[in-house]
Amino acid sequence: MKQKLVVIGAGMASGRAIEHLVETAPDAFEITLFNAEKRGNYNRIMLSPVLSGEKAYADIVTHDEGWYAAHGVHCRFGEHVVGIDPEMKVVVGENGHMPYDKLIIATGSAPFIIPVPGRDLPGVITYRDLDDTNAMISAAEKGGKAVVVGGGLLGLEAAAGLAERGMEVTVVHLMGHLMERQLDEAAGYLLRGDLESRGITIRTQASTKAIVGDGRAEAVLLEGDETLPADLVVMAVGIRPETRLATDAGLEVARGIEVNAQMQTSDPDIFAVGECVEFDGNLFGLVAPLYDQAKVLARTLMGEEDAFVVKDTATKLKVTGCDLFSAGDFADGEGREDIVLRDPSRGIYKRLVIQDDRLIGAVMYGDTADGNWFFQLIKDGTEIEEMRETLIFGPSFQGGDTADPLSAVAALSRDAEICGCNGICKGTIVDAIEGGASDLGMVRAATKASASCGTCTGLVEQLLQVTLGDDFEMPAAQPICTCCDLTHEDVRRLIKSKELKSQDAVWQELGWKTRNGCHVCRPAVNFYLLADWPLEYRDDPQSRFVNERKHANIQKDGTFSVVPRMWGGITNPTELRAIADAAEKYDVPTVKVTGGQRIDLLGVKGEDLPFIWADLNKVGLVSGHAYSKGLRTVKTCVGTDHCRFGTQDSTGLGIKLEQVLWGSWTPHKVKLGVSGCPRNCAEATCKDIGIICVDSGYQISVAGAAGMDLKETEALGVADTEQEAIDLTIAFVQLYRENAKYLDRAYKWVAKVGLDWVKARVVNDLDERARLIEAFELSQSIYRRDPWADQTKAAAAFQPLADLTLEAAE
Amino acid sequence: MSWIDIGAIEDIPLRGARKIKTALGCVAIFRTGEQEIFAASNLCPHKGGPLSEGIIHDQSVTCPLHNWVFDLNTGQAQGEDGSISTFPVEIRDDRIWLDSTELAKRSAA
Repeated sequence: MKQKLVVIGAGMASGRAIEHLVETAPDAFEITLFNAEKRGNYNRIMLSPVLSGEKAYADIVTHDEGWYAAHGVHCRFGEHVVGIDPEMKVVVGENGHMPYDKLIIATGSAPFIIPVPGRDLPGVITYRDLDDTNAMISAAEKGGKAVVVGGGLLGLEAAAGLAERGMEVTVVHLMGHLMERQLDEAAGYLLRGDLESRGITIRTQASTKAIVGDGRAEAVLLEGDETLPADLVVMAVGIRPETRLATDAGLEVARGIEVNAQMQTSDPDIFAVGECVEFDGNLFGLVAPLYDQAKVLARTLMGEEDAFVVKDTATKLKVTGCDLFSAGDFADGEGREDIVLRDPSRGIYKRLVIQDDRLIGAVMYGDTADGNWFFQLIKDGTEIEEMRETLIFGPSFQGGDTADPLSAVAALSRDAEICGCNGICKGTIVDAIEGGASDLGMVRAATKASASCGTCTGLVEQLLQVTLGDDFEMPAAQPICTCCDLTHEDVRRLIKSKELKSQDAVWQELGWKTRNGCHVCRPAVNFYLLADWPLEYRDDPQSRFVNERKHANIQKDGTFSVVPRMWGGITNPTELRAIADAAEKYDVPTVKVTGGQRIDLLGVKGEDLPFIWADLNKVGLVSGHAYSKGLRTVKTCVGTDHCRFGTQDSTGLGIKLEQVLWGSWTPHKVKLGVSGCPRNCAEATCKDIGIICVDSGYQISVAGAAGMDLKETEALGVADTEQEAIDLTIAFVQLYRENAKYLDRAYKWVAKVGLDWVKARVVNDLDERARLIEAFELSQSIYRRDPWADQTKAAAAFQPLADLTLEAAE
Repeated sequence: MSWIDIGAIEDIPLRGARKIKTALGCVAIFRTGEQEIFAASNLCPHKGGPLSEGIIHDQSVTCPLHNWVFDLNTGQAQGEDGSISTFPVEIRDDRIWLDSTELAKRSAA
C-alpha cells in the first residue's frame, strides 16, 4: 500500500527531492504538495536574469502543474498551511486537513527585514520570489529612483537588474566593501568600479536609519541624517530560515529546523530540506548543498542509506558583464600566503590563498574561466608545491605548453566537479556522452549538468567536444548571424525589456557589428520590432525578402505569382470571371488551383503587378498573402450547409477566422483548417491550427506540420461556442507572435516552450487570454488591410527607373 | 566620360534598389545610404536572379534567389567564385548620374 507523503513548499530543494522519488520509486508514495505561491517550482537563482529582462519566467520553470499531474503528484498551490499536528499526523491547510505517513517541510527562507521605522510602507519590497521580481519590474516601468539596502549577492543582482530597466539606483551597504562574505577588498573595489560605470551609486559603510514617506516610501534616511530620495526601496540584507510551522509543531528548532544527516527532524516521520534547515550548526543558502540534501532525503525515504555532508561551495554573481568567482577561505591569517595577479587595464584580479602547500581559497574578478579548476584543488586538498610558480595562470599552464582551452577541460580528473549546482562530476558527464548523449540537451536530460544556473554550459559543451571530437558541432546559443553575438531569444527579450523601438536602437544598443544587419538578421529584427511595438514601429519593406516586399512570389525566371484571397475557399462567378480576364489580359502562362483552396496565377511580369492587382481589386479580390510569413489560408469543408455529416458551420467559422487573422505578420507562415466533423475533410489536423467541429462544440488543436516534417496537431482545448473557438485561435496566434523565434513554424515553437506552457496562457488564464486578444487587435488595427490596394497607388515604383536602351549605343 | 541623369535620389527607397534598362540588359541602382549609391549589373551570375530585388545591407546586396552576397564596391561575390560588373555613378544635387561610357564601350565590342 502506498504511503502518504505530504510536502510543504515547492522550492528548488523539494522539487528536486520529489523528482528523485517519482523517478526511482513512482509507486512508493502518494504525494501531496502544498505551496503558498500560486505556481509550481522555478529556478530561484535565475530570478536575476528575469529581473534584468535577459530571461522570461517561462525559461526558469522547473516543475509546473503539468509536470506534477503527469507524475501523479496532487498539487495544492496557492494554499497556505496553517499548522502541523504531529500527534495525529495531519497537516492543516486553509482548505482542509491532509493526513500523512511521512512529511517533508520545505518552507525555505524569508527575507530579513531590518527593523527600522517605515519598513512597512508601500514601495518597500524584498527580493525573494517571483512576485517580488514582478513587483520590481512594474515599479521600474515608472522609472525614478531606487535604493537597494544591502550590497551582497542578492542586493547587487537586484541593483543591476533595476539599473538595466532604467532606474537610477543607489546601493546602501553597511560594510566597508561589497559582498564582503565572498570577496576581499581588492575584488570588491573592482566590482564597485564596474557597477558604478553602469550608473549605479554605491554607498559603503552606510547604515539605514529609517524609511520615510507620506503613505508610501519616498526616501531612505541614513545615519548621519543624509536623505536618499527613493520611489522604490528594496530590502536585500539577508534571509533567515522560515521555521514558524516547525516551531509551532514542537520540533527542535535553533536558527533553522534541526535535522540529522538523513534530513530527519526531531520527529522521526517529519523531514526537512532546503534553506529552512540547520545541520551541524550550518545554514544553507546556495543551491548545491540543497540538491545534495534533496538526494539524501529521497534515498532515506526509499529506505536506502545515505548521509548529507557539508562541502565547500563556490559563488558566482549573475550580473552580465561582471565576472567574479570566490571559493574557500581567503581571510588573511598566520601561516597563509597569497599569490596575486593584477592586470588593471583589463580589469583582472586573481588571488590565491595557500596554507601548508595547499590551496584553501580563491578570489577572481574579470576572468573566472579557471574558477572550477581552482575550486577542485581546494576541495581535493591537492599539493600544489610543484606547480606553484605557474599556478595562478591556471590549468593550461600546468605540465603542458598549449593554450588550447579544451586542454584545460581534458586535463580535469574524472571526479572534478563541473556542475556545482547539481554536484555533477566530469566522469558522470563523460559516461553520459559515451552512452549516447550527443548534445547539450541530452546531457542535461541524462545528468542535470548545467540545467540549473547554466554557468557551466560552456564547460559541458567543451566536454562534448573533447569526448566526441569532430562528431560534435557547437550548438545551442547560436547567434542570429555573424552581425551580432546574441541569439534570437536574447534579441527578442532585449527588444522588450530595453524597449527598443527602431532598427537603429537595436543596432546601437545590442552591439551590432555591421551598419544595418544583413539578409539573415534584419528581417528577423524587423519582425520582432513590429510584433512588440505595433504602433511605434512600422514594417520596413526594405528589411523583407522580395516576396514580402513585392507582395507576390518570385519565380525562378524572375516573374511573380499572384494569388488572390478566397475567404474560407469560397468564390463566385464574378470573382472567377475577373481572374479569367486578368489571366488573359496579362498573358499569364499558368493558372493553378492551390492546396489552400484558391487560384494561383503564375508567371506575371514584375512591371504588371500593380495593374493586375488593380483589376482584381475592382471585384473585391484582395491579396491572399501567399508569399508572407503571416496568415496564409483557412481551409474548410462545406460543413452543415450541404454535407449530411456536418455538425457545425465549418465554412462560416473558417471565413470568420480568415477575416480576423488576415494581414497579420507572424514568425513564419500560419495555415488553418476547419473541418465540420471528425471525418476531417479539411485535413485540419496537420495545420498550424486545426479545428474539428463536433456536436458539442469545437475541438481546437495546434502545432501540426505537413512539410519537411509531418506531425499531427496536439489538443489545445475545447470550445463550447464559435466565439470561444475564435478567441482561443487568436490568443494562440498572438502568443506565437510574441514569443517564437523568426522562421520557427508554430510546431517548432510549441516543441520548445511546451504545450502546457501554451495552454496555461491561452486556455487556463482568462486574463492573459484577454490580453493576448487585445494585443492582437491593436496590431491588426494597423495591418488588417490589403497591401495590393496600397501598392497600386505606387505603380511607378514597379517600373524601371530609366530606359537607356536608346541612348547607350551612342 | 558620358554622364546621364537617370532620376531623382528619392525615387529609390533607402536600402532599396531600382533597375534601369540598357542595351546591355538591366543595371541595378542601389541606394545604400541617404547619399550613398552604387550601380551594378542586375543579373546574378549564379542563376540569373534580379539583384535589384535583393536585401541591401551596408554596401552589399543579397540575391533573392539563393542568397549570394555581392560587395557593391568591387562586384565580388562573398565566398563564391563569381562577380558582377559595377559602373560609375554619383549624386549631384539629389539627382543620380550614371557614366554610360562603360556601357557604350561594351555594346560596341
